[in-house]
Amino acid sequence: MNLGSIIESGFKEIWAHWFRSLLTMFGIILGVASLVTMSAFVKGKENLLRDSLAESGGLERIIVDDNDDLPDYQKHLEDEANGMTLKDVYALQKNAPLVYNVTPVIEKRSYRGSLRVSRKSKRVRYASVKGTWPSLLEIEEHELEHGRVFSDPDDLLANTVCIIGTQIRNDLFGEYDNQGEEIIPIGEKIMINYIPFRIIGMFKQYMSEEDRKKKEEARAAGQTVARRDYRSSYMSGDRQSHTTMRIYSGKNSTIMLPLNTLVSKLDSSYDRGSNMDRSLSKVAMNIYDVSTLEKSLQQVRNVLMQTHKGLEDFDFQTQEGFAGDIALSIQNERISGMFIAGICLLVGGIGIVNIMLSSISERVREIGIRKSVGATNMDVFLQILTESIVISVAGGIAGVIVSPILVNTLASFADDTTPPVMTAFAMAVAFGFSVMIGSMAGLFPAIKAAKLDPIQALRYD
Amino acid sequence: MPLLELRDIHKTYHLGGETIRALDGVSLDIDSGEFISIIGPSGSGKSTLMHILGCLDSPTSGTINLDGMMIHDASPRQLAAIRNKKIGFVFQFFNLLPKLTVRQNVELPMIYSGLSSKERRERAMNSLSSVNMEDRSKHRPSQLSGGQQQRAAIARALVNDPRIIFADEPTGNLDSNTGVLILEMFDKLHKEGRTVMIVTHDPEIAAVTPRRIEIRDGKIANEIDPKLAADVPKFDQVTDIKSQKIPDMTS
Repeated sequence: MNLGSIIESGFKEIWAHWFRSLLTMFGIILGVASLVTMSAFVKGKENLLRDSLAESGGLERIIVDDNDDLPDYQKHLEDEANGMTLKDVYALQKNAPLVYNVTPVIEKRSYRGSLRVSRKSKRVRYASVKGTWPSLLEIEEHELEHGRVFSDPDDLLANTVCIIGTQIRNDLFGEYDNQGEEIIPIGEKIMINYIPFRIIGMFKQYMSEEDRKKKEEARAAGQTVARRDYRSSYMSGDRQSHTTMRIYSGKNSTIMLPLNTLVSKLDSSYDRGSNMDRSLSKVAMNIYDVSTLEKSLQQVRNVLMQTHKGLEDFDFQTQEGFAGDIALSIQNERISGMFIAGICLLVGGIGIVNIMLSSISERVREIGIRKSVGATNMDVFLQILTESIVISVAGGIAGVIVSPILVNTLASFADDTTPPVMTAFAMAVAFGFSVMIGSMAGLFPAIKAAKLDPIQALRYD
Repeated sequence: MPLLELRDIHKTYHLGGETIRALDGVSLDIDSGEFISIIGPSGSGKSTLMHILGCLDSPTSGTINLDGMMIHDASPRQLAAIRNKKIGFVFQFFNLLPKLTVRQNVELPMIYSGLSSKERRERAMNSLSSVNMEDRSKHRPSQLSGGQQQRAAIARALVNDPRIIFADEPTGNLDSNTGVLILEMFDKLHKEGRTVMIVTHDPEIAAVTPRRIEIRDGKIANEIDPKLAADVPKFDQVTDIKSQKIPDMTS
């Protein structure tokens, strides 16, 4: 018996019981679809996390910030701990050759009314106001699209100038004017804690590739594009823009001022001590090469232990930990998702075993007849195995076809989840699994059928 | 050399601690072109004998030589090949596959001998026309009468040109008229030179064959062989008797 006629008879048999076969296939279809769906959601999350990692400055960034919690053996020196100051910045610039762009940052957030950013009657709900040096742009991978960066004289003179993110613009000016042109508020004044600041620059709008494409398409189509801040998109239920905006919104809600401006105009504790002792929120810097991360950290640590009189009141934040966390959490989700989807497939496989067993017990006589006209045990074995493989292959193909529908349906139910990303690889793996499970499910019934005694089988009613 | 040569065939079953001797030392020679019936009451071992002759079963002891091959200790795979190429079966309940058409049923043995679909079709149609069933080739078995189904089964048995045809109670599920037609068909096959063996419990049916072997308690109890004795009723006489007995329903 050649393979062609075996497969043909497999199809015939399945077609003869198309409804039963379809029900059996459903197990496999759902298993494959859930495997693909699971992987799509995990992949979507992974992409989002990796994007946000890249957006916040990649692996070359080190941040040193205060740590009030001294080690036990230094607790009694708590009063001596000053936290990070400009002294540290200058010391690092001079004495830590493995790092560059050492930049002081004082950050104030206008989240719970501590800082008020407003223009006329409009007020920004959330803004991250950073007093810093221009080198922070490089560290945080900001791109200036309009205007200029503040200069050394701006810093020296504590000029009330600022660079804003597009979200601040959206909140205070709106995104588009009546003609549908983008508003570029360079030279306009905004109020930060009732002090007027002149906008001298604006960052580009940070958004995911997907959103950028959508936006360009919409612009090309000549439509008036709705405001794309995440609150409004949340209200309107625009899932894609909402979720992707969320990671970028922090970056889009930045206001950057010269360090001295922030200290002299916005810091209420200005008159306490000299500028050099002013405590910083953090010190950010770049390393030249990711492979020298450990050495660089040690170098920075050595310098800081000197300037901090041996007190360990600082902490390192590296992106490496973040990257590791991402990898770990993705792996965990992938394993648990695989496990659940694998169980789905297994249940589908058991469904095939079940149906094949009941199918052969219905067909004992047929098997007897086939054997009496010369079918070998192998022929019968292959016939039953082929049927279960055909069911699982058809189920696998259908599952792969159905999975995009399932993914989109689930995604539309869950507004604030990350947008899923389907990969051909996941589909191939899911399909391969389904075929494997189908073949294994067919083995036992096929062996059982092949072992039937032809005489008993012919007598069977 | 005979087509089939049985020497001292034993077959025992073990059923719940009890040993059943289904065949107890059967020796038999069947020549090519013979028309034989095996007769015996149920439980006599005649079916077991046919299963062993038909390579569906293996004897516990003894030797069988079919067409120069020792089949008593052949592997299941070899037995399947012998069933496929050298043996044709006709059963009491026709045993056609209900899901297949008549032609596909007739093609079934050829699928297992690996013939191309074109050749299968040709030979199936030839075989069907030899039993006057070519116009029913696209029907399903359930759409046919019992006699037609049995003719389709005969066509299937013939399709691989076997050395011997075994018919197990071939008329047992048919009315007498149709039964006679089927028996005539076997007689025709015999006259064409084929070897045919009918297994039955009915002496009237056995009477159509020149050679009759009676099995009782697993042994050959009685044998009528035209080679040994000439006083055997001819087939025509038997049908005469049968047609007298059965009133003609059509007139």
